[in-house]
Amino acid sequence: MSFEVVPQSMSFAEPLPLHSGASIRDYTLAYETYGTLNADKSNAVLVCHALNASHHVAGVYAGQPKSEGWWDNMIGPGKSLDTDCFFVIGINNLGSCFGSTGPMHTHPDTGRIYGADFPVVTVEDWVNAQARLLDALGIQTLAAVMGGSLGGMQALSWALQYPERVRHAAVIASAPNLNAENIAFNEVARRAIVTDPDFHGGNFYEHGVVPKRGLRIARMIGHITYLSDDVMNEKFGRQLRHGDRVHYSTQDVEFQIESYLRYQGDKFSEYFDANTYLLITRALDYFDPAGACGGDLRAAFARAAAKFLLVSFTTDWRFSPARSREIVKALLDNRRSVSYAEIDAPHGHDAFLLDDARYLGVVRAWFANIAKELEAAR
Amino acid sequence: MTGADVQDPIARLVPEGARVLDLGCGDGALLERLQRQRGCSGYGVEIADANVLQCVQRGVDVIQANLDEGLAIFEDDSFDVVLQIDTLQHLRNAEVMLRETARVGRIGIVAFPNFAHWPNRLSIARGRMPVTRRLPYQWYDTPNIRVGTFKDFEVLAQRNRLRILDAFGLEDGREVRWLPNARASTAVFKFERAD
Repeated sequence: MSFEVVPQSMSFAEPLPLHSGASIRDYTLAYETYGTLNADKSNAVLVCHALNASHHVAGVYAGQPKSEGWWDNMIGPGKSLDTDCFFVIGINNLGSCFGSTGPMHTHPDTGRIYGADFPVVTVEDWVNAQARLLDALGIQTLAAVMGGSLGGMQALSWALQYPERVRHAAVIASAPNLNAENIAFNEVARRAIVTDPDFHGGNFYEHGVVPKRGLRIARMIGHITYLSDDVMNEKFGRQLRHGDRVHYSTQDVEFQIESYLRYQGDKFSEYFDANTYLLITRALDYFDPAGACGGDLRAAFARAAAKFLLVSFTTDWRFSPARSREIVKALLDNRRSVSYAEIDAPHGHDAFLLDDARYLGVVRAWFANIAKELEAAR
Repeated sequence: MTGADVQDPIARLVPEGARVLDLGCGDGALLERLQRQRGCSGYGVEIADANVLQCVQRGVDVIQANLDEGLAIFEDDSFDVVLQIDTLQHLRNAEVMLRETARVGRIGIVAFPNFAHWPNRLSIARGRMPVTRRLPYQWYDTPNIRVGTFKDFEVLAQRNRLRILDAFGLEDGREVRWLPNARASTAVFKFERAD
């Protein structure tokens, strides 16, 4: 069993200006920390979460032995990101549904649940909100920021928005922006949710219903894209649900893969918020740091000062190695310190959450050097 | 595979403070040494997982990539020196990579096993492929898919409009400048683009 952790939260009265032009005030951020912040507050590592994860990055809650954080295999005492050396912080992003202020909470202006009125948040907004929380913790500089997928985008954005506050950045299975195919998958998921009759334009809370059908389908689509063809074939192939023959039904579950996707969809619809899904996929769509530089990623990265580690996985077609190499190239062109590992793993996008000795080993070695730097600076 | 006896003379060819790209950098030992002893900076390129890990462990920046897929990620003249130490003989696109080396770096330094070293000639004369300290593999399982000689490289360099700045053989860590094609197990060339 992993180590025990306690979730915390911090409230912010001052309005946070958002990139949309709107702002949000009186909001709360849920977060967790692991390890001990050293005397000069130089050993903090921020871990940013992706679409359906949270501030519960590692460890377990008291009395819940199966409540491991989503990156528990990576982070903890003696693990690749070693909490015996580093003070690790996980923050639930604004608009999420795991404790930070989100669309299911009350709008301070109207006294009603935000619902569809929750402001659109971007990766940059999340980073600004995270920075405020670090300010409150007295952490000026991060030894490292790390994230996978959408979390990797936040790590990138940290290095661009606050270059003076980030010493190292680990960007895993990520991309400098979403391509059309990726936005298309997000849009199918959003349409599934928005067209669910229980969605009520985003204000379903007051109707006492949840657009579960939409959430299920959104999750099923997502799940397909997080796996690779190979791994799906290996896991399910054409295995049938009921014995060795088909039942000639168009609507019943026939194949194991259908059963698996339905199960994943059902599970997801029980805990995830529909408006959160829309908000987070939009944040993914909008992220494009090169956009402000006329599409020139090299120019965008001229600001970056951190030392980078990039990791991609060969079978990840949603955040393919080619997209990571674009980031690597932008860093090389700016003569920034960067190492890049392209892990030949079969698991598709999901690989960044799984155990792979090569992947975990590279991350471990990278953090061990940061720990050495910290030690030398003392 | 690249021991100190090859690294020492190569390191001496690299100017102090140079920006270096090491193609097929292995475990990153040479780059680490150039950074520590000669104030160089730069990156290694490596395909093997175990070597990438060792580079990261040493704190040497490394880009995991297959050199046979090209160097498009690097801009023209973006390095002072591009190294190919015991790399060329493993490449399918050896000639393309030589051109790429000259495109990306102002100076290229290449070292590879010289197949015309006299013990190899002797072995061939006896009718067998050589198995030596420098070429320790049997013909059927060697990773060295390109076998060439000191003189062969001179021809290839000329064909690709490269100007040779220095060329010598290496044998037991010593430079061989007299009859290197016969007397040295390793060939070393330092070159730049002629145009």
